Amino acid sequence: MTDHTDTATANGSPGAPLWLLAELTYRCPLQCSYCSNPLDFAAVKQELTTDEWIDVLTQARAMGAVQLGFSGGEPLVRKDLETLVAEARRLGFYTNLITSALGLDEARIHALRDAGLDHIQISLQASDPDVAAAVAGSAKAHAKKLAMARAVKEAGYPMVLNVVLHRHNIDQLDTIIALCDDLGADAVELANCQLYGWAHLNRAGLLPSQAQLEAAEATTNRWRQRLAERDRDMRLLFVVPDYYADRPKACMGGWGSIFMTVAPDGAVLPCHSARMLPMDFPNAREHPLQEIWYDSAAFNRYRGDDWMQEPCRSCDERHKDVGGCRCQAYMLTGDPAATDPVCDLSPDHHLIEAARREAADDSRSAQALTLRNARESQVFCRT
Amino acid sequence: MNQTGIDTLVYRLRPGWRLQWEEAQQRHVLLYPEGMVKLNDSAGAILGQLDGQRDVATLIERLQAQFPEAPDGAIAEDVHAFLVDAQQQGWIQHD
Repeated sequence: MTDHTDTATANGSPGAPLWLLAELTYRCPLQCSYCSNPLDFAAVKQELTTDEWIDVLTQARAMGAVQLGFSGGEPLVRKDLETLVAEARRLGFYTNLITSALGLDEARIHALRDAGLDHIQISLQASDPDVAAAVAGSAKAHAKKLAMARAVKEAGYPMVLNVVLHRHNIDQLDTIIALCDDLGADAVELANCQLYGWAHLNRAGLLPSQAQLEAAEATTNRWRQRLAERDRDMRLLFVVPDYYADRPKACMGGWGSIFMTVAPDGAVLPCHSARMLPMDFPNAREHPLQEIWYDSAAFNRYRGDDWMQEPCRSCDERHKDVGGCRCQAYMLTGDPAATDPVCDLSPDHHLIEAARREAADDSRSAQALTLRNARESQVFCRT
Repeated sequence: MNQTGIDTLVYRLRPGWRLQWEEAQQRHVLLYPEGMVKLNDSAGAILGQLDGQRDVATLIERLQAQFPEAPDGAIAEDVHAFLVDAQQQGWIQHD
């Protein structure tokens, strides 16, 4: 009856980019220490204009893109968000706003609704206001988020809450889920922190212990049972941190397979982390998306399996996990074509084990982690 | 649930979900927050009949008129099986 698989085949021609992530800006009022934005985000100055974004949306839709995420940074910083939502919806996209909720108020919730926005996903940092404040670098954000979550629900949107889990909030999972239940969420993403960008910088201070992780999974399962008994329809999606897995994730469903990110300055990427890789990515200001997706060296670089090295090359599971994540391979080994070290068959797997040990020895508080902001980012800017 | 029971129900898509014909994919898809279900022809035809007003019996009549060549009872059987499955998956709801 249904087919959830993507349309790209292992070695055939790629399918359409069904998913477009529009990172409207790197500007953000929060400073989350687990942010996946590039460390040198402050070097990006020239955001695409409203007309340039509309052109990007129009081209992507014509290519078959249908799910659209407005993200960032904080997309609400862009004053033209309502205009872009209206245009996207007119084109036939399913429009998702992925937001911290800062910059949202009731008037804007209704304006976005009128523009045709389909869904708002709000991130929460914790259930405890002090932990939330330490992680996001803002004392006021938490209360604002709760108020806006209630307002979003009241306005009739389907509501997905996203909570990034790490060692400083994972032990509060029971009260976090209770809070999401109280807010009326339709679904909750309990996403263990992916260690890219600022999160990678703060890795030793974010990665939970195995014991914390097991307790969190048990808590999630208890809640699933409790919710089912109450006939409460709130889906809990628990995303395991791959540093505790023995096989890598099939990152983005494969490089250039279904997912396309357009960064604030028009750089076109196979995922939101990829601009850290030592390669050039084409820009939507200079090339049509069609050409970038199907013909560019960057998008073809890690398609199929010809690029793979051992142990992936001869592995039976190479089409299942596509060798894992290219960014993670590069960050940990210096070679973006290496097997993702998360795989316990990787000759570099000891790097993951070392990272777990390093995290176990790290006693920093949430307040002591490096916050993601423009001042800290300047350190990483090449120019 | 027996078939007489289901025939009086009025189903609708889960709030915020959208059924859409995708020209690029040449099929109907069901869109929801950050996700998509790719539908085959019969699933698309059945969901396309849900308007929040028609009960299942009416829906079956309309599909039978649309596909007169289908053998007797086949459409009703497909519709019943699909709706039960779609409800379990959380795609559709009834009052």
